[in-house]
Amino acid sequence: MNNKKSQWLALPYAVYAVIFIAAPLLLIVLYSFCTDPQNGIDFTMENFVRFFDFANPMYMQVLWRSIYLAIISTIICLLLGYPMAYILSQLSPRVRGVVSVLFILPMWMNFLLRTYSWMSLLEKTGLINRLLEALSLPSLDIMYTQWAVVLGNVYNFLPFMILPIYNVLIKIDKSVVEAAQDLGAPPYRVFTRVIFPLSLGGVASGITMTFMPAVTTFVISKLLGGGQNTLIGDLIEKQFKVTGNWGFGSAMSVIIMVLILIAMNITPGDKEESAGGTLL
Amino acid sequence: MLGLKKLVSFALVCVMVMTLVLSGCGGNSDVTTLYVYNWGDYIAEDVLDMFTEETGIKVVYDTYEQNEDMYTKITSGGSSKIDVIFPSEYIIEKMINEDLLAEINYDNVPNMALIDDKYKDQSYDPGNKYSVPYMWGTLGIVYDATRVSEPIDSWEDLWDPQYKGEILMWDSMRDSMGLSLKLLGYSMNSTNMDELTAARDKLMEQKPLVLNYAGDQMKDNMIAGEAIMAVMYSGDAITVMDSNENLDYVVPKEGSNIWFDSMCILKSSTNKEAAEQFINFMCRTDIAEMNRAYINYSTPQREVYENLPDEIRNDQRQYPDDSIFELCEVYEDLGEFTDTYAEFWFQVIAS
Amino acid sequence: MKLWKRLSYAYSVLIFLFLYAPIVVMIVYSFNAEKSRAKWGGFTLKWYRELFSNSDIMEALITTLTIALLSSIIALIIGTAAAVGIANLRKGPRKWLMNITYLPMLNADIVTGVSLLLIFSLMGIELGYVSLLLAHVTFNIPYVILSIMPKLRQLDPHLYEAAQDLGAPPVLAFFKVVLPEISPGIVTGFLLAFTMSIDDFVISFFTTGSGVSTLAIEIYSMARRGIKPEINALSAIMFLVVLALLLVINLRGGKDKKGAENRPVSVRARSSAR
Repeated sequence: MNNKKSQWLALPYAVYAVIFIAAPLLLIVLYSFCTDPQNGIDFTMENFVRFFDFANPMYMQVLWRSIYLAIISTIICLLLGYPMAYILSQLSPRVRGVVSVLFILPMWMNFLLRTYSWMSLLEKTGLINRLLEALSLPSLDIMYTQWAVVLGNVYNFLPFMILPIYNVLIKIDKSVVEAAQDLGAPPYRVFTRVIFPLSLGGVASGITMTFMPAVTTFVISKLLGGGQNTLIGDLIEKQFKVTGNWGFGSAMSVIIMVLILIAMNITPGDKEESAGGTLL
Repeated sequence: MLGLKKLVSFALVCVMVMTLVLSGCGGNSDVTTLYVYNWGDYIAEDVLDMFTEETGIKVVYDTYEQNEDMYTKITSGGSSKIDVIFPSEYIIEKMINEDLLAEINYDNVPNMALIDDKYKDQSYDPGNKYSVPYMWGTLGIVYDATRVSEPIDSWEDLWDPQYKGEILMWDSMRDSMGLSLKLLGYSMNSTNMDELTAARDKLMEQKPLVLNYAGDQMKDNMIAGEAIMAVMYSGDAITVMDSNENLDYVVPKEGSNIWFDSMCILKSSTNKEAAEQFINFMCRTDIAEMNRAYINYSTPQREVYENLPDEIRNDQRQYPDDSIFELCEVYEDLGEFTDTYAEFWFQVIAS
Repeated sequence: MKLWKRLSYAYSVLIFLFLYAPIVVMIVYSFNAEKSRAKWGGFTLKWYRELFSNSDIMEALITTLTIALLSSIIALIIGTAAAVGIANLRKGPRKWLMNITYLPMLNADIVTGVSLLLIFSLMGIELGYVSLLLAHVTFNIPYVILSIMPKLRQLDPHLYEAAQDLGAPPVLAFFKVVLPEISPGIVTGFLLAFTMSIDDFVISFFTTGSGVSTLAIEIYSMARRGIKPEINALSAIMFLVVLALLLVINLRGGKDKKGAENRPVSVRARSSAR
C-alpha cells in the first residue's frame, strides 16, 4: 500500500501526540526549573538542589528506599517467577492454555482491591495471624513495614516477570535442547548452557517490567507500608495533591524519568516486542 | 477471537445505549447543580438526597482528608466549580486573608440563629462574615482500656516504650507537631524555630514505637484492636467507642487542640444562593441532628444540643466543660511557617 | 522424573495460592454479615442488594464503563488511521512518531498522569469528565497502533494496488482489501485499550476533577477509610464475569484451526499500579 496520500492519515494522531504526549513531558522538564510555575516561569535549580541536599538528605533517603525496595522486589520476583515460567513452558499445549488463563485472571481484578485484601490478611488481627495463633505459631508482624511493601510489589508484579520469560521459553527450538541431550549433557548442564542463555531476553524484559512499576508505585506503599514508608511516588503525589508545589513535584518526575532511562539501558532486551504483546 | 463486524456492532449498540442513558441524566439542563467539598465521612448518608428532594438542587459531592488537600485543590486551579467547603478555623483565616471566601448573606441563612452564640464571633472570623459553624471537637488519645497498665492522661504516654508497635499517629502536620509542642510546654501555634526543632526531635524519638502514621483507616484499626493507642479527633473517638466497648478517649492534661469546622462559600462560586440554601438546610434542627448522630462530633446547634439525652450532654469527652476548654488552644494560620511545619513533619515520617 | 513432577506440581500450587489468596478472601468477605472485617457474622447476600442501591458505586461504575468505551473507540479511530499513515511515512518522520508513541508505554504512569495534569491546567481544560476522557485516549492510542502495525507489515502491498488496478477507488480498496486483513490487530487493540482503561488508577487519579470518579478512584478513597462490603460484592461479580469471558474466549480460541501451540500469553506492559 505505497500510497503517498495515505500518509496524511497519520496527521491527526501526530497533532494529538504532540499536544498530549510530547508537550506535557516538555512541560514537566520546564516546570522542574521553576520556583512557582503556576504563577510564572523563571529559571532556578532550587528544586534539584533541595532534593539533592547533602546536609539534609531526607529526599535522597526516600529515593534510595524506593530503588532499594524495587530491587529486592524484582529479585524475589525473578527467583519465584523463573521456575514457574519454566514449569509452565514444560506443560502440554492444551493444559498450558488453561493454566496461563488462570495466571492472567488475578491481573484483571483491580489491583487496589487485591492490595486492600492483603491488608486484611496481614494485619495483627488478620487472617494469617489468626491461623498462626490457632496453630500456636509465632505471629507475623509485617504490616506497615518495608516487607509489606515488598510483598505487595511481588504480588502485583510477579505476572510481569513470569509471562515474558514464559513467552521466550516456549519459543526455544526443541531440537537445540534435544541436540544437547544427545551429546550427553546432563539435565542441569542443558539448562545452564542452553535453555537459560536462550531465555535471557525474557528475563531482561521481565526485570524492566517489574522494576519500573515497583520503583514508582505510590499506592502499595501507602496502603501496606504506612506513612513511614514513603516512596518517591508518594512524594510526587504529595506535591501535586497536598502541598501544591508543582515545581518540586515536576523535578522529582524528571528524576524518575532519568532513573527509568538508566534502568532500561542496563537491562538490554527487546522491549518493543514485550511491550506490544498481544492479548491472550 | 471476536470478529471485527461483531466488535463494531457491539460498540455501536453500546454507544447508543450510553447516549440514551446520558441524555436521560442531563436532559433537563436548567437544574441547578451545587458542588460540595467535604471531609470524608462527615455527613449523614441521606442528607444530600433529602436536600435535592426538597429544593430540586442537584448536589455533586466530593471528599478530602486534610485541610491542606482541600486548600491545594482549590488554589491550584481546575476545580473552580466547587461552591461549598468545610474548612477548619486556621484555614478559614488563611482563606479570608487570601480573599478566597465569599461573604455570606444571612437573609438566606435564617437558621444561623440556631447556632449557639458560644461558637460565633471567634477570632478566625470576627462577626462570622464568611463561615457558619458546623461541628467542633478536640484532639486526644483513644486507647484500649483493657490493655494499658495505667490510666492514659498525658501525651507522654505516646512515648511509653511498653507500647512499642501499638501506637497509631495521625498523619497530619498540625496535629502531630502540635501535640509534641504541647507536651514540651509550648504553644501549638509556635513560630519559634528552637521550639519547633525540639518538637520535631521529640517526634523522631517516638518513631520506633509507632505502628503507622495513618489517616482515616485508624478508625477501622482501633475497632479491630490493631493498636492500643491512637491520636484521634473526639468525634471519631466516639464512633470507634460505639463499635468497641474496650476503647476510651481522653484529652491529655497538658492541653490540646480545640477546633471548629465551618461551612464556607468560595468566592468563585456561581451558585451563591443555592449554596446559602444548602448551609441553611444543614443548620436546620432535624438535619443537624441527623448529621450529629451519624458522625458523632459535637454540635454547635443549640436546639440539637438541648434535645440530647443527659448522658451525652454531660459526657466530658463529647461536651467538655470549661476546665478542659481552658487547656485547649485553637489553631491559627501560621503564615510562612506552614512550610516549616510541613517540612519538619515530613522529616519525621520519611526519614 | 517422578520427583521432579511432584515438586513442580507443589510449587505451582503454592504460587497459585499466593496469587488467589486475596481474591478468595475478598469473595468470602462479600458474604459476611458483619460490616467490619475483624469478625465473621454469618452468611448474607445483603451487600449484593446494597451494591445496586449504592449510588456512588453505581455512578463510578457507569463512569468507568463509558470512559473505557468512548476512549477506546476514539483511540481505535485515530489509531487505525495513524497506523496506516505511519506505515506509509518516510523513514525519518516515521521513527520520530513511533518514538513518541512508545513514550506513554515506557514512562511511569505517575509521570504521565502528572504531565497531563500540567497540560490540562495550562490549556485551561477543567478537570472532570472531558480531561479524564482525553487522558484515557492518550494512553490508549499507542496500544491500538502497536497492535495494528505488525499486521500492516505482513500485508501484501500488491493486494491494494491490484484492487485499484481493477478500478476500485482508494477508499473502497481500503475498506475491502486492507481493513479485513488488519482487523485482528484492530480487535486486539480495542480489547487492550478497553482493559487498560478499566484498570487504570494512577493516571485517572491525577486527571479527574470533583464529582467524577472511576471505580478505581472510588476504591482508593474507600481503602483509606475502610472499604465498604459492597465493594467486595462488586469484586466477586467482576471476578465471575472476567472468568466467564476468559473461558469463553479461550474455548473458542482452542477450536481455531491453528491451535494454541505456541501462542504467547499477553503481557499487560503497563501495570495499573505504576
